Amino acid sequence: MAPATISLDGAGVTVETDDGHRVLLEPTTLRLTERRIGVIGANGSGKSTLVRLLNGLVAPTTGRVEVHGVDVGRDPRAARRVVGFAFTDPSAQLVMPTCVEDVELSLRRHVRAGAERRVRALEVLDRFGLADHAHDSVHSLSGGQRQLLALAGVLAIEPALLVADEPTTLLDLANTRRVADVLFGLDQQLVLVTHDLELAARCERVVVVDAARVAYDGPGEAAVAHYRDAVSA
Amino acid sequence: MPAGAFRPGTTLLHRLSPGTKVVALVVLSVATVAIRDLGAALVALGVAVVLSLLARVRLRALARALRYVLLLAVVAGAVQWWFHGRDKAIETFLDLVTLTLLALVLTTTTSVNAMLDGIVRWAGPFRRLGFSPERLALTFSMAIQALPATFAIAVETRDAARARGLDGRPRAYLTPFVVRVVARAHETGDALQARGIGD
Repeated sequence: MAPATISLDGAGVTVETDDGHRVLLEPTTLRLTERRIGVIGANGSGKSTLVRLLNGLVAPTTGRVEVHGVDVGRDPRAARRVVGFAFTDPSAQLVMPTCVEDVELSLRRHVRAGAERRVRALEVLDRFGLADHAHDSVHSLSGGQRQLLALAGVLAIEPALLVADEPTTLLDLANTRRVADVLFGLDQQLVLVTHDLELAARCERVVVVDAARVAYDGPGEAAVAHYRDAVSA
Repeated sequence: MPAGAFRPGTTLLHRLSPGTKVVALVVLSVATVAIRDLGAALVALGVAVVLSLLARVRLRALARALRYVLLLAVVAGAVQWWFHGRDKAIETFLDLVTLTLLALVLTTTTSVNAMLDGIVRWAGPFRRLGFSPERLALTFSMAIQALPATFAIAVETRDAARARGLDGRPRAYLTPFVVRVVARAHETGDALQARGIGD
């Protein structure tokens, strides 16, 4: 297995607008090897842009990004096999009518035989406590269950790295805990974008993003303290 | 709404291949519409009812599917009565109910993924023309999924407009509705791309 290293080498993103250009992320250089990595910062600060670089959803306009030995810019398909990505709103990523079918959709490429795919999908649902809902409509699930199902769909193909972009923002306290327990219980490397500072503090390393650049980079507790001070100042 | 109507089961109709069922649906539907005879319409309805019983179509799914079709069938029947007389009107009404039942039998006994596998197989020969069967199959499932999702957004934006006392102004909910549908499409595209689907 390739070393669990995420490296950004002067990676930045600029978009052209009607009146000139806007910088979404200043050229950034980072080397992330920890298992639990948090990303915090204000709305619109560039957190989402930063993590979208990791699976090629956003292409850097300058510099390069490498994830677990895969050059994301050169081979975005390979990158997406290595990097699973979970979004804030699970409704947008659930595309099949029933739970088991949505997980099967993820597995299509990896398990050719329909019957075997069904068995694998049911196993995955069981792991996420959704076995009883396998044949229910995805629309009948609660918000927390829907996020767990979205995670099940992403993790079904066992990516080496999971990037989660504010996965608990829409959830209540109990569901936030359930989703967090799943995230922090993973064997995979985790990059977690969050506004939940309790969760951020549990990460070994946290990157604070402010005004399109990395403002602080350090252990969880210290980074959260820095962010609190920056907001109060 | 046919989406999500699938119920797992082991009936004869569940075990048939999706291809057989789709061909049968096409043949029966064309026959139902093409044979212009009241007696034949009754026979077709009878066949559809027997198939529904065999497939164990749930009454609730049936009621939901028929709710809108019945309304349409009554209107279509009334128009036919006006122009072509009673028999033609009854035949049209029966035919529409028959077609609904047949379609429901297909969606009840066939999971969307089984349909997708079928589409991928049938479209296989067209691969040489630079045509991706996987992508076609995905397009079908997205279209099925888009209906309830779009409906949910419509209800939410209408409620939001009402909460602000703007119910009399279509622009107050149509604008955010369109913006949100497009935004949802972008998010879904990102999610599919992130899952490596369509690569």
